[in-house]
Amino acid sequence: MIEVEDVYFTYPNGVEALKGVSLKITSGEFVAIMGQNGAGKTTLVKHFNGLLKPTKGKVLVDDVDTRHVSVATLARKVGFVFQNPDHQLFSETVEDEISFALKNFGFDEKTIRDRVDWALNILDLTRYRKTSPFMLSGGERKRVALASVLAWDPKILILDEPSIGQDRNQKERLRQFILQMNHQGKTVVIVTHDIEFVAECEPRVILMANGKIVADGDAKSVLTDPDLIAKSWLLLPEITNVLLNLNDLGFPTNVMDVFEAGDLIIERTGWARK
Amino acid sequence: MAIIEARNLTYTYPYAESPAFKDVTLRIERGEFILLTGPSGCGKTTLCRCFNGLIPHFYGGKLEGEITVAGLRTIEHPIHEIAQHVGLVFQNPENQLFALTIEKDVAFGLENLGLPRDEMRRRVDWALKVTGIYDLKNRAPFEVFGGQQQRVAIASVLAMQPEVIVLDEPTSFLDPLSARNILGVINRLNKELGITIILVEHRLDLASRYANRVIVMNEGQIILDGEPRKVFLENEAALIGVGIPKVVRLYMLLKRAGLNIGRVPLSPEELSKSIMEALIFDRG
Repeated sequence: MIEVEDVYFTYPNGVEALKGVSLKITSGEFVAIMGQNGAGKTTLVKHFNGLLKPTKGKVLVDDVDTRHVSVATLARKVGFVFQNPDHQLFSETVEDEISFALKNFGFDEKTIRDRVDWALNILDLTRYRKTSPFMLSGGERKRVALASVLAWDPKILILDEPSIGQDRNQKERLRQFILQMNHQGKTVVIVTHDIEFVAECEPRVILMANGKIVADGDAKSVLTDPDLIAKSWLLLPEITNVLLNLNDLGFPTNVMDVFEAGDLIIERTGWARK
Repeated sequence: MAIIEARNLTYTYPYAESPAFKDVTLRIERGEFILLTGPSGCGKTTLCRCFNGLIPHFYGGKLEGEITVAGLRTIEHPIHEIAQHVGLVFQNPENQLFALTIEKDVAFGLENLGLPRDEMRRRVDWALKVTGIYDLKNRAPFEVFGGQQQRVAIASVLAMQPEVIVLDEPTSFLDPLSARNILGVINRLNKELGITIILVEHRLDLASRYANRVIVMNEGQIILDGEPRKVFLENEAALIGVGIPKVVRLYMLLKRAGLNIGRVPLSPEELSKSIMEALIFDRG
Protein backbone atom coordinates (compact mmCIF):
# COMPACT_ATOMS: atom_id res chain seq x y z
CA MET A 1 0.00 0.00 0.00
CA ILE A 2 1.18 3.51 -0.84
CA GLU A 3 -0.03 6.36 1.35
CA VAL A 4 0.72 9.95 0.42
CA GLU A 5 -0.17 12.42 3.15
CA ASP A 6 -0.35 16.11 2.27
CA VAL A 7 2.93 16.09 0.36
CA TYR A 8 4.64 19.25 -0.86
CA PHE A 9 7.78 19.14 -2.94
CA THR A 10 9.98 22.01 -4.06
CA TYR A 11 12.96 21.43 -6.38
CA PRO A 12 16.29 23.10 -5.47
CA ASN A 13 15.67 25.68 -8.23
CA GLY A 14 12.53 26.83 -6.39
CA VAL A 15 9.94 25.17 -8.62
CA GLU A 16 7.03 23.95 -6.49
CA ALA A 17 6.13 20.68 -8.21
CA LEU A 18 3.71 19.27 -5.61
CA LYS A 19 1.39 21.44 -3.58
CA GLY A 20 -0.46 19.36 -1.00
CA VAL A 21 -1.05 15.93 -2.55
CA SER A 22 -2.85 13.18 -0.62
CA LEU A 23 -3.83 9.78 -1.96
CA LYS A 24 -3.92 6.09 -1.12
CA ILE A 25 -3.11 3.26 -3.50
CA THR A 26 -3.98 -0.17 -2.08
CA SER A 27 -2.18 -3.41 -2.95
CA GLY A 28 -3.16 -4.85 -6.31
CA GLU A 29 -4.60 -1.64 -7.74
CA PHE A 30 -3.98 -0.42 -11.29
CA VAL A 31 -3.69 3.35 -11.40
CA ALA A 32 -2.93 5.83 -14.17
CA ILE A 33 -1.59 9.22 -13.14
CA MET A 34 -2.37 11.70 -15.89
CA GLY A 35 -1.83 15.35 -16.68
CA GLN A 36 0.13 17.52 -19.08
CA ASN A 37 3.93 17.79 -18.98
CA GLY A 38 4.89 19.71 -15.85
CA ALA A 39 1.74 18.82 -13.90
CA GLY A 40 3.78 16.98 -11.26
CA LYS A 41 3.10 13.36 -12.28
CA THR A 42 6.68 12.14 -12.43
CA THR A 43 7.65 14.11 -9.32
CA LEU A 44 4.84 12.37 -7.46
CA VAL A 45 5.78 8.82 -8.45
CA LYS A 46 9.46 9.44 -7.70
CA HIS A 47 8.25 9.74 -4.11
CA PHE A 48 6.89 6.17 -4.25
CA ASN A 49 10.35 4.60 -4.37
CA GLY A 50 12.07 7.25 -2.26
CA LEU A 51 13.98 8.79 -5.17
CA LEU A 52 12.55 12.09 -3.92
CA LYS A 53 11.62 12.82 -0.31
CA PRO A 54 8.79 15.21 0.54
CA THR A 55 9.68 18.80 1.44
CA LYS A 56 6.61 18.64 3.67
CA GLY A 57 4.20 15.79 4.49
CA LYS A 58 5.05 12.08 4.24
CA VAL A 59 4.88 9.00 2.04
CA LEU A 60 4.40 5.52 3.48
CA VAL A 61 5.10 2.37 1.46
CA ASP A 62 3.69 -0.66 3.29
CA ASP A 63 3.73 1.42 6.48
CA VAL A 64 7.40 2.39 6.08
CA ASP A 65 8.12 6.12 5.92
CA THR A 66 10.24 6.70 2.79
CA ARG A 67 12.26 9.38 4.59
CA HIS A 68 13.78 6.69 6.81
CA VAL A 69 14.88 4.10 4.24
CA SER A 70 17.28 4.07 1.30
CA VAL A 71 16.22 3.89 -2.34
CA ALA A 72 18.07 0.56 -2.57
CA THR A 73 15.90 -0.95 0.17
CA LEU A 74 12.71 0.34 -1.39
CA ALA A 75 13.78 -0.79 -4.87
CA ARG A 76 13.34 -4.44 -3.91
CA LYS A 77 9.65 -3.70 -3.44
CA VAL A 78 9.08 -0.82 -5.85
CA GLY A 79 10.33 -1.22 -9.42
CA PHE A 80 10.61 2.01 -11.37
CA VAL A 81 10.89 2.10 -15.17
CA PHE A 82 11.95 5.50 -16.42
CA GLN A 83 10.42 7.35 -19.35
CA ASN A 84 13.70 7.56 -21.24
CA PRO A 85 15.34 4.11 -21.28
CA ASP A 86 18.72 5.72 -21.96
CA HIS A 87 18.71 7.03 -18.39
CA GLN A 88 18.60 3.45 -17.20
CA LEU A 89 20.53 1.22 -19.62
CA PHE A 90 24.30 0.82 -19.54
CA SER A 91 25.28 -2.84 -20.05
CA GLU A 92 26.93 -4.36 -23.10
CA THR A 93 24.22 -6.91 -23.81
CA VAL A 94 20.52 -7.11 -23.12
CA GLU A 95 21.14 -10.21 -21.01
CA ASP A 96 23.71 -8.43 -18.81
CA GLU A 97 21.34 -5.53 -18.42
CA ILE A 98 18.55 -7.72 -17.12
CA SER A 99 20.76 -9.78 -14.80
CA PHE A 100 22.56 -6.77 -13.30
CA ALA A 101 20.06 -5.97 -10.54
CA LEU A 102 19.49 -9.66 -9.83
CA LYS A 103 23.20 -10.10 -9.13
CA ASN A 104 23.13 -7.06 -6.85
CA PHE A 105 20.18 -8.43 -4.94
CA GLY A 106 22.25 -11.60 -4.41
CA PHE A 107 20.12 -14.18 -6.22
CA ASP A 108 21.80 -17.53 -6.99
CA GLU A 109 22.90 -18.27 -10.56
CA LYS A 110 20.09 -20.61 -11.46
CA THR A 111 17.44 -18.18 -10.26
CA ILE A 112 19.12 -15.41 -12.22
CA ARG A 113 19.16 -17.54 -15.37
CA ASP A 114 15.49 -18.48 -14.97
CA ARG A 115 14.39 -14.94 -14.26
CA VAL A 116 16.34 -13.53 -17.23
CA ASP A 117 14.85 -16.15 -19.57
CA TRP A 118 11.38 -15.39 -18.26
CA ALA A 119 11.75 -11.61 -18.63
CA LEU A 120 13.24 -11.91 -22.14
CA ASN A 121 10.41 -14.16 -23.19
CA ILE A 122 7.52 -12.17 -21.73
CA LEU A 123 8.72 -8.97 -23.40
CA ASP A 124 9.54 -10.61 -26.72
CA LEU A 125 13.28 -9.91 -26.46
CA THR A 126 14.78 -13.40 -26.54
CA ARG A 127 16.32 -12.90 -29.98
CA TYR A 128 18.20 -9.83 -28.65
CA ARG A 129 19.79 -11.66 -25.69
CA LYS A 130 23.36 -11.01 -26.89
CA THR A 131 22.65 -7.65 -28.58
CA SER A 132 23.80 -4.31 -27.22
CA PRO A 133 20.78 -2.35 -25.96
CA PHE A 134 22.08 0.64 -27.90
CA MET A 135 21.66 -1.16 -31.22
CA LEU A 136 17.93 -1.49 -30.58
CA SER A 137 15.11 0.87 -31.53
CA GLY A 138 13.61 3.26 -28.97
CA GLY A 139 10.58 1.04 -28.44
CA GLU A 140 12.77 -2.04 -27.96
CA ARG A 141 15.07 -0.24 -25.50
CA LYS A 142 11.98 0.66 -23.48
CA ARG A 143 11.09 -3.03 -23.30
CA VAL A 144 14.62 -3.90 -22.15
CA ALA A 145 14.33 -1.33 -19.35
CA LEU A 146 11.00 -2.85 -18.36
CA ALA A 147 12.40 -6.40 -18.47
CA SER A 148 15.35 -5.47 -16.25
CA VAL A 149 13.00 -4.16 -13.55
CA LEU A 150 10.45 -6.92 -13.91
CA ALA A 151 13.13 -9.58 -13.49
CA TRP A 152 13.50 -8.97 -9.76
CA ASP A 153 9.73 -9.29 -9.31
CA PRO A 154 8.91 -6.10 -7.40
CA LYS A 155 5.49 -5.96 -5.71
CA ILE A 156 4.82 -2.49 -7.04
CA LEU A 157 5.58 -1.57 -10.63
CA ILE A 158 5.84 2.08 -11.67
CA LEU A 159 5.99 2.81 -15.39
CA ASP A 160 6.70 6.35 -16.56
CA GLU A 161 5.15 6.90 -20.02
CA PRO A 162 5.31 3.22 -21.05
CA SER A 163 3.47 3.67 -24.36
CA ILE A 164 5.79 6.30 -25.88
CA GLY A 165 7.42 5.12 -29.11
CA GLN A 166 5.36 1.92 -29.20
CA ASP A 167 3.38 1.11 -32.30
CA ARG A 168 -0.20 -0.13 -32.30
CA ASN A 169 0.63 -3.84 -31.86
CA GLN A 170 3.19 -3.17 -29.14
CA LYS A 171 0.72 -0.96 -27.29
CA GLU A 172 -1.83 -3.75 -27.34
CA ARG A 173 0.81 -6.20 -26.06
CA LEU A 174 1.81 -3.70 -23.38
CA ARG A 175 -1.83 -3.34 -22.34
CA GLN A 176 -2.26 -7.09 -22.01
CA PHE A 177 1.03 -7.37 -20.19
CA ILE A 178 0.07 -4.70 -17.65
CA LEU A 179 -3.33 -6.30 -17.07
CA GLN A 180 -1.65 -9.68 -16.62
CA MET A 181 0.83 -8.28 -14.06
CA ASN A 182 -2.05 -6.58 -12.26
CA HIS A 183 -4.11 -9.77 -12.35
CA GLN A 184 -1.21 -11.62 -10.72
CA GLY A 185 -1.51 -9.23 -7.79
CA LYS A 186 1.06 -6.56 -8.58
CA THR A 187 0.24 -2.94 -7.94
CA VAL A 188 0.75 -1.13 -11.24
CA VAL A 189 1.09 2.64 -11.48
CA ILE A 190 1.52 4.20 -14.91
CA VAL A 191 2.31 7.84 -15.57
CA THR A 192 1.01 8.87 -18.95
CA HIS A 193 -0.71 11.42 -21.14
CA ASP A 194 -1.77 8.82 -23.69
CA ILE A 195 -5.55 9.25 -23.37
CA GLU A 196 -6.47 6.55 -25.88
CA PHE A 197 -4.20 4.02 -24.17
CA VAL A 198 -5.80 4.72 -20.79
CA ALA A 199 -9.27 4.61 -22.34
CA GLU A 200 -8.48 1.05 -23.45
CA CYS A 201 -6.97 -0.07 -20.12
CA GLU A 202 -9.67 1.46 -17.90
CA PRO A 203 -7.65 1.81 -14.69
CA ARG A 204 -8.38 4.14 -11.79
CA VAL A 205 -7.35 7.58 -13.04
CA ILE A 206 -5.74 10.31 -10.97
CA LEU A 207 -5.67 13.59 -12.84
CA MET A 208 -3.08 16.20 -11.92
CA ALA A 209 -2.66 19.87 -12.83
CA ASN A 210 -0.25 22.43 -11.39
CA GLY A 211 1.05 20.14 -8.66
CA LYS A 212 -2.36 19.16 -7.34
CA ILE A 213 -4.82 16.31 -7.80
CA VAL A 214 -7.86 17.64 -9.66
CA ALA A 215 -9.76 14.37 -10.07
CA ASP A 216 -9.61 10.76 -8.87
CA GLY A 217 -12.03 8.14 -10.15
CA ASP A 218 -12.67 5.40 -12.69
CA ALA A 219 -11.31 6.01 -16.20
CA LYS A 220 -14.67 6.56 -17.83
CA SER A 221 -15.97 9.19 -15.45
CA VAL A 222 -12.71 11.17 -15.44
CA LEU A 223 -11.71 10.97 -19.13
CA THR A 224 -15.14 11.83 -20.53
CA ASP A 225 -15.63 14.92 -18.34
CA PRO A 226 -14.96 17.90 -20.66
CA ASP A 227 -14.44 20.39 -17.81
CA LEU A 228 -11.89 18.22 -16.00
CA ILE A 229 -10.03 17.45 -19.22
CA ALA A 230 -9.90 21.12 -20.22
CA LYS A 231 -8.74 22.10 -16.75
CA SER A 232 -5.83 19.65 -16.95
CA TRP A 233 -4.88 20.64 -20.51
CA LEU A 234 -5.54 17.23 -22.03
CA LEU A 235 -7.78 16.15 -24.91
CA LEU A 236 -10.94 14.06 -24.70
CA PRO A 237 -10.91 10.56 -26.22
CA GLU A 238 -11.85 10.71 -29.93
CA ILE A 239 -15.05 8.74 -29.49
CA THR A 240 -16.17 10.93 -26.58
CA ASN A 241 -15.69 13.93 -28.86
CA VAL A 242 -17.88 12.38 -31.55
CA LEU A 243 -20.74 11.78 -29.10
CA LEU A 244 -20.29 15.12 -27.37
CA ASN A 245 -20.97 16.82 -30.71
CA LEU A 246 -24.17 14.77 -30.94
CA ASN A 247 -25.29 15.81 -27.46
CA ASP A 248 -28.22 17.80 -28.90
CA LEU A 249 -29.65 14.57 -30.23
CA GLY A 250 -29.72 13.12 -26.74
CA PHE A 251 -26.75 10.75 -26.93
CA PRO A 252 -24.90 10.04 -23.68
CA THR A 253 -21.48 11.67 -23.59
CA ASN A 254 -19.70 9.35 -21.17
CA VAL A 255 -18.61 6.90 -23.87
CA MET A 256 -15.06 6.24 -25.06
CA ASP A 257 -15.26 2.79 -26.63
CA VAL A 258 -15.81 2.31 -30.38
CA PHE A 259 -18.22 -0.61 -30.01
CA GLU A 260 -20.28 1.01 -27.27
CA ALA A 261 -20.64 4.15 -29.39
CA GLY A 262 -21.53 2.06 -32.44
CA ASP A 263 -24.27 0.21 -30.54
CA LEU A 264 -25.77 3.45 -29.24
CA ILE A 265 -25.93 5.07 -32.67
CA ILE A 266 -27.24 1.98 -34.46
CA GLU A 267 -29.88 1.45 -31.76
CA ARG A 268 -31.05 5.06 -32.02
CA THR A 269 -31.39 5.07 -35.76
CA GLY A 270 -33.03 1.70 -36.06
CA TRP A 271 -30.61 0.78 -38.81
CA ALA A 272 -29.31 -2.27 -37.02
CA ARG A 273 -29.65 -5.49 -38.94
CA LYS A 274 -32.34 -7.65 -37.40
CA MET B 1 7.83 18.18 -60.26
CA ALA B 2 9.30 15.50 -58.07
CA ILE B 3 11.26 16.73 -55.06
CA ILE B 4 12.22 13.21 -53.99
CA GLU B 5 12.54 10.30 -56.33
CA ALA B 6 13.69 6.82 -55.35
CA ARG B 7 14.01 3.92 -57.75
CA ASN B 8 14.51 0.32 -56.64
CA LEU B 9 16.17 1.55 -53.48
CA THR B 10 17.54 -1.14 -51.15
CA TYR B 11 19.58 -0.47 -48.04
CA THR B 12 21.48 -2.73 -45.67
CA TYR B 13 23.09 -1.44 -42.46
CA PRO B 14 26.72 -2.41 -41.82
CA TYR B 15 26.96 -5.96 -40.42
CA ALA B 16 23.20 -6.48 -40.86
CA GLU B 17 22.13 -9.80 -42.30
CA SER B 18 19.15 -8.52 -44.24
CA PRO B 19 18.19 -5.15 -45.75
CA ALA B 20 16.26 -2.60 -43.64
CA PHE B 21 14.11 -1.96 -46.69
CA LYS B 22 14.20 -3.36 -50.18
CA ASP B 23 13.24 -2.32 -53.68
CA VAL B 24 11.46 0.90 -52.69
CA THR B 25 10.27 3.01 -55.59
CA LEU B 26 8.73 6.30 -54.60
CA ARG B 27 8.01 9.69 -56.11
CA ILE B 28 7.15 12.65 -53.90
CA GLU B 29 5.98 15.86 -55.55
CA ARG B 30 6.87 19.35 -54.37
CA GLY B 31 4.37 20.65 -51.78
CA GLU B 32 3.00 17.28 -50.69
CA PHE B 33 2.18 16.43 -47.05
CA ILE B 34 3.09 12.78 -46.62
CA LEU B 35 2.17 10.76 -43.56
CA LEU B 36 4.59 7.84 -43.36
CA THR B 37 3.61 5.07 -40.97
CA GLY B 38 4.01 1.39 -40.17
CA PRO B 39 4.98 -0.85 -37.25
CA SER B 40 8.29 -0.40 -35.41
CA GLY B 41 11.17 -1.79 -37.38
CA CYS B 42 9.31 -1.55 -40.71
CA GLY B 43 12.08 0.61 -42.20
CA LYS B 44 10.40 4.02 -42.17
CA THR B 45 13.06 5.77 -40.08
CA THR B 46 15.77 4.19 -42.22
CA LEU B 47 14.07 5.42 -45.38
CA CYS B 48 13.93 8.95 -43.93
CA ARG B 49 17.67 8.82 -43.29
CA CYS B 50 18.15 8.42 -47.04
CA PHE B 51 16.24 11.63 -47.74
CA ASN B 52 18.91 13.84 -46.20
CA GLY B 53 21.98 11.77 -46.97
CA LEU B 54 22.59 10.41 -43.45
CA ILE B 55 22.44 7.18 -45.41
CA PRO B 56 24.91 6.35 -46.74
CA HIS B 57 27.28 9.17 -45.67
CA PHE B 58 26.91 8.82 -41.89
CA TYR B 59 25.64 5.26 -41.39
CA GLY B 60 27.69 3.56 -44.09
CA GLY B 61 26.27 0.23 -45.18
CA LYS B 62 25.19 -0.71 -48.66
CA LEU B 63 22.79 1.49 -50.65
CA GLU B 64 21.59 0.11 -53.98
CA GLY B 65 19.32 1.76 -56.52
CA GLU B 66 18.80 5.44 -57.20
CA ILE B 67 17.73 8.33 -55.00
CA THR B 68 17.51 11.98 -55.98
CA VAL B 69 16.47 14.72 -53.55
CA ALA B 70 15.84 18.29 -54.76
CA GLY B 71 17.67 17.39 -57.92
CA LEU B 72 20.75 16.07 -56.09
CA ARG B 73 21.87 12.46 -56.25
CA THR B 74 22.44 12.12 -52.49
CA ILE B 75 25.24 9.63 -52.91
CA GLU B 76 27.33 12.30 -54.71
CA HIS B 77 26.71 15.19 -52.30
CA PRO B 78 27.85 15.62 -48.68
CA ILE B 79 25.31 15.86 -45.83
CA HIS B 80 25.83 19.58 -45.20
CA GLU B 81 24.92 20.35 -48.80
CA ILE B 82 21.80 18.18 -48.74
CA ALA B 83 20.86 19.71 -45.36
CA GLN B 84 20.22 23.03 -47.11
CA HIS B 85 17.38 21.35 -48.98
CA VAL B 86 16.12 18.78 -46.47
CA GLY B 87 15.69 19.41 -42.73
CA LEU B 88 15.31 16.59 -40.21
CA VAL B 89 13.44 16.84 -36.88
CA PHE B 90 13.81 14.00 -34.39
CA GLN B 91 11.48 12.32 -31.93
CA ASN B 92 13.05 13.67 -28.77
CA PRO B 93 13.93 17.38 -28.99
CA GLU B 94 16.41 16.95 -26.13
CA ASN B 95 18.68 15.04 -28.49
CA GLN B 96 18.77 17.93 -30.93
CA LEU B 97 19.10 21.02 -28.70
CA PHE B 98 22.30 22.09 -27.00
CA ALA B 99 22.86 25.88 -27.07
CA LEU B 100 22.52 28.27 -24.15
CA THR B 101 19.61 30.19 -25.63
CA ILE B 102 16.84 29.25 -28.00
CA GLU B 103 17.96 31.96 -30.41
CA LYS B 104 21.50 30.54 -30.57
CA ASP B 105 20.16 27.06 -31.14
CA VAL B 106 18.13 28.26 -34.10
CA ALA B 107 21.10 30.24 -35.48
CA PHE B 108 23.58 27.36 -35.22
CA GLY B 109 22.92 25.76 -38.58
CA LEU B 110 23.11 29.14 -40.32
CA GLU B 111 26.47 29.98 -38.77
CA ASN B 112 27.84 26.96 -40.54
CA LEU B 113 26.53 28.24 -43.85
CA GLY B 114 28.59 31.42 -43.56
CA LEU B 115 25.66 33.75 -44.21
CA PRO B 116 25.95 37.53 -43.71
CA ARG B 117 24.94 38.66 -40.22
CA ASP B 118 21.82 40.56 -41.30
CA GLU B 119 20.51 37.69 -43.34
CA MET B 120 21.14 35.34 -40.44
CA ARG B 121 19.26 37.57 -37.99
CA ARG B 122 16.38 37.96 -40.44
CA ARG B 123 16.04 34.20 -40.93
CA VAL B 124 16.29 33.38 -37.22
CA ASP B 125 13.61 35.93 -36.31
CA TRP B 126 11.40 34.65 -39.10
CA ALA B 127 11.76 31.00 -38.03
CA LEU B 128 11.06 31.90 -34.38
CA LYS B 129 7.92 33.83 -35.38
CA VAL B 130 6.57 31.13 -37.70
CA THR B 131 6.89 28.53 -34.93
CA GLY B 132 5.45 30.86 -32.29
CA ILE B 133 8.43 31.01 -29.92
CA TYR B 134 9.84 34.48 -30.67
CA ASP B 135 9.07 35.65 -27.13
CA LEU B 136 11.12 32.78 -25.71
CA LYS B 137 14.26 33.46 -27.75
CA ASN B 138 16.45 34.44 -24.80
CA ARG B 139 15.43 31.47 -22.66
CA ALA B 140 17.50 28.29 -22.43
CA PRO B 141 16.01 25.43 -24.48
CA PHE B 142 16.08 23.19 -21.41
CA GLU B 143 13.95 25.58 -19.37
CA VAL B 144 10.91 25.31 -21.60
CA PHE B 145 8.40 22.46 -21.91
CA GLY B 146 8.59 19.61 -24.42
CA GLY B 147 6.15 21.17 -26.88
CA GLN B 148 8.15 24.37 -26.98
CA GLN B 149 11.41 22.42 -27.27
CA GLN B 150 10.02 20.66 -30.31
CA ARG B 151 9.15 24.08 -31.77
CA VAL B 152 12.79 25.10 -31.25
CA ALA B 153 13.92 21.99 -33.11
CA ILE B 154 11.55 22.81 -35.97
CA ALA B 155 12.64 26.47 -36.02
CA SER B 156 16.31 25.41 -36.24
CA VAL B 157 15.51 23.37 -39.31
CA LEU B 158 13.19 26.00 -40.77
CA ALA B 159 15.86 28.73 -40.56
CA MET B 160 17.80 26.82 -43.20
CA GLN B 161 14.82 27.44 -45.52
CA PRO B 162 14.69 23.85 -46.71
CA GLU B 163 12.33 22.66 -49.42
CA VAL B 164 11.57 19.46 -47.52
CA ILE B 165 11.19 18.87 -43.78
CA VAL B 166 11.25 15.29 -42.51
CA LEU B 167 9.88 14.81 -38.99
CA ASP B 168 10.41 11.45 -37.27
CA GLU B 169 7.65 10.98 -34.68
CA PRO B 170 7.91 14.60 -33.50
CA THR B 171 4.95 14.35 -31.10
CA SER B 172 5.54 11.12 -29.23
CA PHE B 173 7.13 12.76 -26.18
CA LEU B 174 4.50 15.51 -26.04
CA ASP B 175 1.24 15.75 -24.13
CA PRO B 176 -1.85 15.61 -26.35
CA LEU B 177 -2.51 19.34 -26.48
CA SER B 178 1.12 20.16 -27.35
CA ALA B 179 1.06 17.38 -29.93
CA ARG B 180 -2.02 18.83 -31.58
CA ASN B 181 -0.47 22.31 -31.61
CA ILE B 182 2.81 21.06 -33.11
CA LEU B 183 0.93 19.28 -35.88
CA GLY B 184 -0.85 22.59 -36.51
CA VAL B 185 2.53 24.33 -36.89
CA ILE B 186 3.73 21.61 -39.28
CA ASN B 187 0.54 21.97 -41.30
CA ARG B 188 1.11 25.73 -41.65
CA LEU B 189 4.64 25.13 -42.95
CA ASN B 190 3.08 23.03 -45.67
CA LYS B 191 -0.05 25.01 -46.53
CA GLU B 192 1.31 28.55 -46.14
CA LEU B 193 4.98 28.16 -47.06
CA GLY B 194 4.65 25.30 -49.52
CA ILE B 195 7.30 23.19 -47.77
CA THR B 196 7.10 19.49 -48.59
CA ILE B 197 6.42 17.58 -45.35
CA ILE B 198 7.27 13.97 -44.61
CA LEU B 199 5.81 13.15 -41.21
CA VAL B 200 6.55 9.79 -39.58
CA GLU B 201 3.77 9.16 -37.06
CA HIS B 202 1.99 6.40 -35.17
CA ARG B 203 -0.78 8.79 -34.17
CA LEU B 204 -2.89 8.67 -37.30
CA ASP B 205 -5.84 10.05 -35.33
CA LEU B 206 -4.21 13.46 -34.94
CA ALA B 207 -2.15 13.58 -38.13
CA SER B 208 -4.15 12.13 -41.02
CA ARG B 209 -6.41 15.19 -41.40
CA TYR B 210 -3.43 17.24 -42.63
CA ALA B 211 -1.93 14.79 -45.11
CA ASN B 212 -2.74 14.52 -48.79
CA ARG B 213 -1.12 11.10 -48.90
CA VAL B 214 -0.43 8.28 -46.48
CA ILE B 215 2.34 5.76 -47.08
CA VAL B 216 2.32 2.55 -45.03
CA MET B 217 5.43 0.39 -44.74
CA ASN B 218 5.77 -3.13 -43.41
CA GLU B 219 8.83 -5.37 -43.25
CA GLY B 220 10.94 -3.08 -45.39
CA GLN B 221 8.41 -2.47 -48.14
CA ILE B 222 5.75 0.06 -49.03
CA ILE B 223 2.47 -1.82 -48.76
CA LEU B 224 -0.03 1.04 -49.16
CA ASP B 225 0.23 4.48 -50.73
CA GLY B 226 -2.62 6.88 -51.44
CA GLU B 227 -5.07 9.53 -50.31
CA PRO B 228 -5.82 8.90 -46.58
CA ARG B 229 -9.60 8.39 -46.88
CA LYS B 230 -9.14 5.99 -49.76
CA VAL B 231 -6.39 4.02 -48.00
CA PHE B 232 -8.42 3.75 -44.78
CA LEU B 233 -11.56 2.73 -46.65
CA GLU B 234 -10.05 0.05 -48.83
CA ASN B 235 -7.48 -1.51 -46.55
CA GLU B 236 -8.99 -1.80 -43.11
CA ALA B 237 -7.63 -5.28 -42.50
CA ALA B 238 -4.06 -4.45 -43.50
CA LEU B 239 -4.16 -1.41 -41.21
CA ILE B 240 -5.15 -3.16 -37.98
CA GLY B 241 -1.55 -3.37 -36.82
CA VAL B 242 -0.92 0.23 -37.78
CA GLY B 243 -3.69 1.67 -35.63
CA ILE B 244 -6.44 2.97 -37.82
CA PRO B 245 -7.97 6.08 -36.15
CA LYS B 246 -10.90 5.32 -33.83
CA VAL B 247 -13.23 7.63 -35.75
CA VAL B 248 -12.53 5.58 -38.88
CA ARG B 249 -13.21 2.34 -36.98
CA LEU B 250 -16.53 3.71 -35.70
CA TYR B 251 -17.37 4.87 -39.24
CA MET B 252 -16.68 1.36 -40.63
CA LEU B 253 -18.78 -0.21 -37.91
CA LEU B 254 -21.74 2.03 -38.74
CA LYS B 255 -21.29 1.47 -42.45
CA ARG B 256 -21.24 -2.30 -42.02
CA ALA B 257 -24.44 -2.03 -39.97
CA GLY B 258 -26.06 -0.58 -43.08
CA LEU B 259 -25.70 3.10 -42.36
CA ASN B 260 -25.01 5.36 -45.32
CA ILE B 261 -22.96 8.21 -43.86
CA GLY B 262 -20.89 9.88 -46.52
CA ARG B 263 -17.13 9.87 -46.74
CA VAL B 264 -14.48 8.47 -44.41
CA PRO B 265 -13.94 10.92 -41.51
CA LEU B 266 -10.48 12.17 -40.58
CA SER B 267 -11.60 13.91 -37.36
CA PRO B 268 -14.32 13.51 -34.68
CA GLU B 269 -15.99 16.68 -36.01
CA GLU B 270 -16.31 15.19 -39.50
CA LEU B 271 -17.85 11.99 -38.16
CA SER B 272 -20.32 13.81 -35.87
CA LYS B 273 -21.41 15.95 -38.81
CA SER B 274 -21.99 12.91 -41.04
CA ILE B 275 -23.96 11.09 -38.34
CA MET B 276 -26.01 14.23 -37.68
CA GLU B 277 -26.81 14.61 -41.38
CA ALA B 278 -27.72 10.95 -41.70
CA LEU B 279 -30.07 11.23 -38.71
CA ILE B 280 -31.86 14.30 -40.05
CA PHE B 281 -32.13 12.72 -43.48
CA ASP B 282 -33.56 9.58 -41.87
CA ARG B 283 -36.26 11.56 -40.05
CA GLY B 284 -37.19 13.51 -43.15
